Amino acid sequence: MSIFIQGTVASNGYALAEAMIYRGIEFELQAHEIKNTPTELHRLDEAIATSIQQVTALRNQTLESLGSQEADIFEAHIYLLQDPEFIGAIKNLIETQHVHAEFCVSKVTLQYMQLFEGMIDDYMKQRGSDLRDIGQRIIANLRKEPYGLTSLLQIPIILVARELSPSDTIRLDLRHVKGFITEEGGQTSHSAIMARSRGIPAVVGLSNLLENIHEGDLLLLDGVAGTVMINPTYEEQNDFEQRVRDFENERVGLMELKNMSSTTSDKHSIELAANISGLADLPSVIEQGAEGIGLFRTEFLFMNRTSLPDEEEQFEVYRQVAERMTGRPIIIRTFDIGGDKQLDYLDLPYEDNPFLGYRAIRISLDRPELFKTQLRAILRASHYGNIRIMYPMIATVEEVRLANQMCAEVKQDLIQQGIPFHPQIEVGIMIEIPAAALLANQLAKEVDFFSLGTNDLIQYMMACDRMNPHVSNLYQPFHPSILTIIKQVIEAAHQSGKWVGVCGEMASDPLAAQLLIGMGIDELSMNASQILPIRRMIRTTSFTQLQQIVKTSLSYATSDEVKAHLHAEFAKLQKNVN
Amino acid sequence: MVEKTLVVRMPQGLHARPATQFIKISQTFQSSIQVCKAAHCVDGKSILGLMSLAVANEESITLKIDGTDEKVALETLERLLTEGVS
Repeated sequence: MSIFIQGTVASNGYALAEAMIYRGIEFELQAHEIKNTPTELHRLDEAIATSIQQVTALRNQTLESLGSQEADIFEAHIYLLQDPEFIGAIKNLIETQHVHAEFCVSKVTLQYMQLFEGMIDDYMKQRGSDLRDIGQRIIANLRKEPYGLTSLLQIPIILVARELSPSDTIRLDLRHVKGFITEEGGQTSHSAIMARSRGIPAVVGLSNLLENIHEGDLLLLDGVAGTVMINPTYEEQNDFEQRVRDFENERVGLMELKNMSSTTSDKHSIELAANISGLADLPSVIEQGAEGIGLFRTEFLFMNRTSLPDEEEQFEVYRQVAERMTGRPIIIRTFDIGGDKQLDYLDLPYEDNPFLGYRAIRISLDRPELFKTQLRAILRASHYGNIRIMYPMIATVEEVRLANQMCAEVKQDLIQQGIPFHPQIEVGIMIEIPAAALLANQLAKEVDFFSLGTNDLIQYMMACDRMNPHVSNLYQPFHPSILTIIKQVIEAAHQSGKWVGVCGEMASDPLAAQLLIGMGIDELSMNASQILPIRRMIRTTSFTQLQQIVKTSLSYATSDEVKAHLHAEFAKLQKNVN
Repeated sequence: MVEKTLVVRMPQGLHARPATQFIKISQTFQSSIQVCKAAHCVDGKSILGLMSLAVANEESITLKIDGTDEKVALETLERLLTEGVS
């Protein structure tokens, strides 16, 4: 049996190629005494000057090829290479300890890295990896060695590294790179983002990777299961090739459903929509046959930039989405900023409990100038397609009334200025706070639709942060309390003649989706890649049977009991079909 | 040499973006600038130094400025720290 390592999927796909190990520059933790301190200081000055030249060139090159956002990383590096505290501490160590420069750079860099990595603020944590990049570059220049991956690759390889920094990958010729695997890093690390944007499979967080892999080893990279196999046997290679073919066949089979409706065998239709964060997601939404957009997370238009997007910029994005969706409905959720999604330029206060704090509609109602600018952009775009508005984080009826009043004021302005918009534009709210869920019958009178944000609803209902490994076991989508409240929301909306969707992860979980359909959900919105598998599931089930299953599923005391019941019921159905 | 202790009024505290703003200004002065929190002092022209102090909103810090333009430097930096304007 070959060595097999499990990691986290960062980018989907399969690859079979030889390993190329990139070790980068290791820090030097062993000090050597030096005789001539001025010479050592001079060597350091030269290495820093060379580093600044290199980074300046990289910045200019990046500015041309990738734009200012990527170039900003190197701009910050130039600042740090000239920082008096950082460089001063290195020089001070050489002068007082009379030890070689590589050691002093390593020591000071690691000290600051630890300091930053221990900070709470995410932005500050990232400064740690910038420092590592700079420290390693100075060391490479002290040794007069090249820094970063520059070699021209001749054969296809899978790149193996502890972690890849922007400097490592910026000049890398990616044509021969079939995949990335790294020891460190998560789904948001630099290498993960780059792999996704280039469509290359990547698996990260693989422990003991460098100890187990040697240059030239044959690797099987399974970027669906998140595994790497080292030096597979013939049988394992054949088996892998079969998996790749199945993956391809499955994809082709699903593509046949692209233009079909999401209708059960007894003619009950559900709308299957996609969640998006910006224009970049649209091609896959259209390719995967989405019937609409159930959640456009507009806060991403506000993030990773230095100032607010103005009305024109927002309008342009919303209009393009509207036009490209050609009449299919698009739910634009007004910004859900705050909490974990901080914006430097808004100077939002630090909070101990960001998920219970100043965020989303709470900021919108408190800062009408931001909210009305966005509403105006959305309303103007509604002239170009089938747009709906949705408010996030609603807790009370008053919030909905106030938001609607602001919306009415914006409409009035547009009418006076003769600017066209869709006068009957539908307005809905997210149901993600338990108080709103319990008061759904009252809220239904104020809006045209609901969308259940099940991820947050479950977290607020169970008082658990699903990212916290100590309590994430309490995050239970099938908990009887969760199922009961969802059913109540759906029934309350239907009693007022309003429709309800789900835009959380429950929508794309086959088991949960079947329950939701049985409860009468009207729309399910998910990542585009999940739409076709869910459509296939819907087309082979019967709505009447799902309704029956819902009736018998709500009488249990625990999540496990509910799930066991569901599995048993669905197994029975399968048997009857066969 | 001028010295003044003041209470920082910056919602996010003196890190990340406000720190960059601070050094962009401090570096334009000829005077040497020290920023101290309790007994710990750092170079007020160093982004790393400032960020490592991790000064929170409403914390008090001491500016020690020495040089030909020390008075203007103190006034400008005080305004930035207490009113958020430069």
